[in-house]
Amino acid sequence: MAETKTELIARSIFRRNPIALLVLGICSALAVTGQMATAFVMSICVILVTGFSSLIISIVRFQIPNSVRIGIQITVIATLVIMVDQFLKAFYYDLSKQLSIFVGLIITNCIIMGRAEGYAMSNPPIPSFLDGIGNGLGYGFILMTVAFIRELLGFGSIFGMEVMKLTTNGGWYVQNGMLVLPASAFFIIALIIWILRTLDPEQQETD
Amino acid sequence: MVNITAAKPFYSVLVLAFFCSLMVAGAAVGLRPLQEENKALDMKKNILLAANLYDSTKSTEQLFANIETRMIELASGEFVTLENISPQDFDQRKAAMTSEMGLSLGDDEDIAGIGRVERYSLVYLVKSDDKLDQIVLPVRGKGLWSTLYGYIAIEEDLTTINGISFYEHGETPGLGGEIENPRWQAGWHDKKIYNEADEEVIRIGGKMGDKAEEHYVDGISGATLTTDGVDDIITFWFGENGFKPFLSQLEAQGGKIDG
Repeated sequence: MAETKTELIARSIFRRNPIALLVLGICSALAVTGQMATAFVMSICVILVTGFSSLIISIVRFQIPNSVRIGIQITVIATLVIMVDQFLKAFYYDLSKQLSIFVGLIITNCIIMGRAEGYAMSNPPIPSFLDGIGNGLGYGFILMTVAFIRELLGFGSIFGMEVMKLTTNGGWYVQNGMLVLPASAFFIIALIIWILRTLDPEQQETD
Repeated sequence: MVNITAAKPFYSVLVLAFFCSLMVAGAAVGLRPLQEENKALDMKKNILLAANLYDSTKSTEQLFANIETRMIELASGEFVTLENISPQDFDQRKAAMTSEMGLSLGDDEDIAGIGRVERYSLVYLVKSDDKLDQIVLPVRGKGLWSTLYGYIAIEEDLTTINGISFYEHGETPGLGGEIENPRWQAGWHDKKIYNEADEEVIRIGGKMGDKAEEHYVDGISGATLTTDGVDDIITFWFGENGFKPFLSQLEAQGGKIDG
């Protein structure tokens, strides 16, 4: 492999971000970015699941028959997601009530399948694990950025802490209704993609 | 790549499925005690939410200290003390399913779609200065996809709703799931369940028309079937097979709780 370990992790955050460059995993990025706390927990869950699913799939990659490989990948991913969900229910009940539907949907998060199929199937365990973690971090980076903008301007708070007092609470800040809605994440993600591709022209697609 | 024999895909999938199910089962069983504890705490929190007593800066247990949990017999409406079961251990949902603690409902009685109802129910008495302030009653019934579980807090006049909360349901998030939304729940405050003739008249959603405002709760758009379910829940639980005998009993005693 040409890439060093740090590169494996770091490249997925800016240079090959799964959301910004590969445009995978958009659906959940819209849903959970209304508040930073939920986005944070979701990011942690996805980092764990991508890391370990890539690791496990890479370890058994020589045993996976080609004809059933997608089914096996999904089974491994689903197992990990259920375990994450069980842990959340046991230790962070309130968050799990808010997130449980989205945690279940991690199974269908394209990033995880994409990394399992595109990287872990043909690379050794350690680089696969790092690649998984890196992609999870890349996903988390976008999620947190979007959530920061949406929560700050939409609810006037950061991690639930009031930063700008809302008019509805007798303060001065008029809440931005559009940013409260999930669709606003589309615009923010598009802006992030624009900025990333301007800073790093290599990411631009030629038509 | 892998050297393929015809059987290989089958047993590799079987082996994998076996290991994955072991992991899942292990996690589910091993973490169950903690999860149950969380669930119990969450139910207490929802009782407090229904009674508008919840305060996130204080611990739920601490706030719950002012609430007395008692058992009543639904049919007679009287307080009972069962020898073998304390209110803390009473599992109301399971009780409805057993033959000695539950009854099956006839089709015309089963308004809320619950099939069976328990003989005994828990009630939560909120007191201030030794006087009854609010009563929180557990209710459940069918929504669109799932059974809704919740609490309704009524004030000491035994007809005014103070608040409502739902702690478990499987309705569509964003539509029926909005029954969890505190803003919708706030619309229940100060609504009256019974009219002067002591009939259950509260209605949820639909055209307000000539319905009296004090008996009308806003519906949720996009969740007509769920709110219809909530309507049925109220009709059932505040009717003869629900808490009505208990509430009439209390009213006859002038709202005093003894023994």
